[in-house]
Amino acid sequence: MSVADIFETMDYGQAPESAAEALAWIVDQGGRFGHFIDGVYTPPGAGFESRNPATGDVLATLSQATQEDVDAAVKAARKAQSDWAAQGGHGRAKMLYAIARLLQKHARLFAVLEVLDNGKPIREARDIDVPLAQRHFYYHAGMAQLMAAELPEREALGVCGQIIPWNFPLLMLAWKVAPALAMGNTVVLKPAEYTSLTALLFADICRQAGVPKGVVNIVTGDGAVGEMIVAAEVDKIAFTGSTTVGQRIREVTAGSGKALTLELGGKSPYIVFDDADLDSAVEGLVDAIWFNQGQVCCAGSRLLVHEPVADLFYAKLRARMDKLRVGSPLDKSIDVGAMVDPVQVSAVSEMVAQHTGGETHVAATDVPQDGCFYPPTLITGLNPADTLMQEEIFGPVLVSTTFRTPAEAVQLANNTRYGLAATVWSENINLALDIAPKLAAGIVWVNGTNLMDAAAGFGGVRESGFGREGGWEGLSAYTKPKGAAKPLKQITASAGDGGPAEGIDRTAKLYIGGKQSRPDGGYSAPVYGKSGKLLGHASLANRKDVRNAVEAAQAAKGWSKATGHLRAQILYYIAENLDARAEEFAERLNTMQGGRAGMKEVEASIRRLFTYAAWADKFDGQVHGVPIRGVAMAMKEPVGVIGALCPAEVPLLGLVSCMAPAIAMGNRVILAASEPFPLAATDFVQVLETSDVPAGVVNILTGPQADVAEPMARHMDVDAVWSFGTAGLSEVVERGSASNLKRTWVNNGVARDWLGNAGEGRTFLEAATEVKNIWVPYGE
Amino acid sequence: MTAPLNPQTSSDTSTEQTHLPQVTEMRNPGLPLDLNWVLSAQANTSAIERRAGNIAARRSVKKAHQAAWLLRAVTCIDLTTLSGDDTARRVERLCAKARQPVAPALLDALGMGPITTGAVCVYHEMIPPAVAALAGTGIPVAAVSTGFPAGLSPFPLRLKEIEMSVADGAAEIDIVISRRHVLSGNWQALYDEMSAMRAACGDAHVKAILATGELGSLRNVARASLVCMMAGADFIKTSTGKESVNATLPVSLVMIRAIRDYYDRTGIRVGYKPAGGISKAKDAVTYLALMKEELGDRWLRPDLFRFGASSLLNDIERQLEHHVTGHYSAGYRHASS
Repeated sequence: MSVADIFETMDYGQAPESAAEALAWIVDQGGRFGHFIDGVYTPPGAGFESRNPATGDVLATLSQATQEDVDAAVKAARKAQSDWAAQGGHGRAKMLYAIARLLQKHARLFAVLEVLDNGKPIREARDIDVPLAQRHFYYHAGMAQLMAAELPEREALGVCGQIIPWNFPLLMLAWKVAPALAMGNTVVLKPAEYTSLTALLFADICRQAGVPKGVVNIVTGDGAVGEMIVAAEVDKIAFTGSTTVGQRIREVTAGSGKALTLELGGKSPYIVFDDADLDSAVEGLVDAIWFNQGQVCCAGSRLLVHEPVADLFYAKLRARMDKLRVGSPLDKSIDVGAMVDPVQVSAVSEMVAQHTGGETHVAATDVPQDGCFYPPTLITGLNPADTLMQEEIFGPVLVSTTFRTPAEAVQLANNTRYGLAATVWSENINLALDIAPKLAAGIVWVNGTNLMDAAAGFGGVRESGFGREGGWEGLSAYTKPKGAAKPLKQITASAGDGGPAEGIDRTAKLYIGGKQSRPDGGYSAPVYGKSGKLLGHASLANRKDVRNAVEAAQAAKGWSKATGHLRAQILYYIAENLDARAEEFAERLNTMQGGRAGMKEVEASIRRLFTYAAWADKFDGQVHGVPIRGVAMAMKEPVGVIGALCPAEVPLLGLVSCMAPAIAMGNRVILAASEPFPLAATDFVQVLETSDVPAGVVNILTGPQADVAEPMARHMDVDAVWSFGTAGLSEVVERGSASNLKRTWVNNGVARDWLGNAGEGRTFLEAATEVKNIWVPYGE
Repeated sequence: MTAPLNPQTSSDTSTEQTHLPQVTEMRNPGLPLDLNWVLSAQANTSAIERRAGNIAARRSVKKAHQAAWLLRAVTCIDLTTLSGDDTARRVERLCAKARQPVAPALLDALGMGPITTGAVCVYHEMIPPAVAALAGTGIPVAAVSTGFPAGLSPFPLRLKEIEMSVADGAAEIDIVISRRHVLSGNWQALYDEMSAMRAACGDAHVKAILATGELGSLRNVARASLVCMMAGADFIKTSTGKESVNATLPVSLVMIRAIRDYYDRTGIRVGYKPAGGISKAKDAVTYLALMKEELGDRWLRPDLFRFGASSLLNDIERQLEHHVTGHYSAGYRHASS
């Protein structure tokens, strides 16, 4: 077209970014890649092709890692780890800083390579993925520097297996590798088979930076390689990907002692109230669901619009969609590029085709016929019952319904298995800040969307996984408490002759919903003292008692809204009442366990109650220093309903050590009492009953923990399970938790010094809270 | 048919045939003041800044497209002199540049016929020399009016000033609103003032200068934009060029979204003029992209879009020469105004 023609049409034309340098880099590597193990690229092996999804062109041939490759990578990482940790924070900080600088120096090469491999628009790779990846290394260089001073009680986990997805290949690598390295871990990372090239370029960057060999290892291949890493002798698995695979990883790592963090799917709500800046909310959707072709785990994919403005909002949205430009990802004027693979295009097409309800608007914009392109799509008029409102589509398809009231908005928003992110648009600060804490999500954006930074933790709740990446809150996923582990001693109940107990027969029942209730099964078992004397009978709880306790705990939601001050008052009151009966409890403990340590345990329990009464109004959140004009508030929220298998030893102190941090932080608990010594717990019920603890906040079950561990771990309405009982239950709990991907905290057969510092403190408080990052940009 | 912005000229001039579309846009007849609409307007500053901040990164025009877009920008410039030391000769020089803003040799090399700027913008006293210098060109003379730039002279005098400027041959009147009406939330007063000024303009088109740098918030900008359109403004314009903050992309986004809302509800297209602070060719392209994205191609014509600028043209000329020769250009190589 001539200048004179364009002068009339005012078309954009094409503004292609050159692919020459990135293609030349691939050629320079021979077009075939091995793995990066122990500081060197291995010779290319049998493998698969990596294609450009926009054109179908083969970019390179990659190797499918074998078991030997994975073993070699893990071995190299293991060998390198102690030296890497011994470099100290400053030594590692310098290395991470060098990586960040090199990422910056090669920024365009990384961006273009990412576009070729993944299909995302160059604008996004250039302006978002690569700068954020750099930012993660800079940020965590700082964390390495500060580790000794700020985390004096923590040390590296060891070798981390990391499996990342194809939607943000370099960025996800940075999210995983930077904190791991900062804390002194070494890594074996598997990029997704569609998108391995920037990881292989990153390996080269590590060499240039002088990262010691074995600290970063990269193996390529499909899910089979991922399974090998999961099964390997690693100390931690960090996985980002689908919920189905996440559940599988949870199951197969159960009981292995491997730490696990999962960042999984989402169906994040995007709520627009009638007082919002509607045009800005429409533009936000471009960043929410048409960012990266909608292949974003935290995509605002479920639009909820306030009824008074719904028609107007949809009209504006459809008009905006028609302006989106879909096409060659290397074109600088493209909004929506190619999806990662034909398989993804078919999957999205199929999901949309199978659906018949609502009203569908496909963006009236040109879409290339060849390549993995899918048009921006909006489906309105859906209902929560529609599959597309519940299932993650993972493409540029937005689904929507309307709501009448703020309460209904929250209810619709939370009507999902997922809980990764949420967006709220309103010009009313009261409304926005009221809604944000009510949303089941790890991240809430107010009047913005997809805001991310290394300083703010990223991660979800429910089936969106657990653990946070970024911020101070992300470091616990790559560290463990210092100190050598001692194996847990098996403690068995005392045996006896079945003779009558002294005094009037007392019935130790279960404590559910504020009432002492008989066990559903109708069975009890005798409890003998150390001397063999019958002390009484304890109820045997079964799965129905678990069910009843969970229902009671769920009904006690008001506790989570109670103020920290009130929760503290009640914990003090419990301590006061326990103190009043200290002698009696000490005697009971002595009789059950033998010895004379009962009073010491009672006193420790009272101290512990005081500790968490103290913490109840002091475990503050943070305001993160993110690079926007605004705040990212890391709010500490209760996890919800926590089931705890209390330790067999120290039957009173163990119970209190699980209960007190949980309820101090606003959780409701179901406590499975010490199996050999249950009567301390049943006596404690009377203390609870006289201490103004609301019904359902604390529930106590007795009987074999094995009978309740499984139903508790698999119960979909339990949010976390802690297992400090027998070693074998760790596996049961972890495997069962895959049902709804609840958080778990298990002892893996390792003893804990309940009387000492390990028995209380921040570790417990962190396990009892979720960090929700609420982003509030401001400005007038 | 004549293009509505230059009602006193006909379309048979050669310049118009090259750049003005043969369209008839109905003038904005205005609406009764709709306070519900005005007060429901919201503008979230952070979100608006994000959108405004990435428009340049989202849209890039290169090579021939860039040249064509820059030429289009030239045709949308209100070539302006608003200085206390303006003289008739100074204004004649400006008009000469308006008639031939880009050297014929450059236009030839680009395969373009002659083009002109959108208008020449002057103070009232400079209207006669401007009208004389532009006679027969089809280029309208725009006059800033109503006690520009503060707009605080007696109201009857402000109306009289408009009438005198129209009588002297100004085809477009750039009025300034009373900022105090916005800052005190007196939308009725703003509406009445704007209506009276619109009436005083008669057939001359009226551009309402909001002086956005003095309105305190983007929400006020959105609301003032709506009120001025309801009161019959043909164009809404950011600034006098005399405020400490003049045209910005966020302010522009708010104003053009108000224009879009007004069009969606009434079918009437109101024009937009950012003024002050736009001096780079790249900025001009970004503004055009913003108009294209948020309002559509129809708003890329001088009857609905103007730049209020004086130094922008020289930078565009340098970029055009670079496009033709492949070498970076120098300012002195292009005729001054």
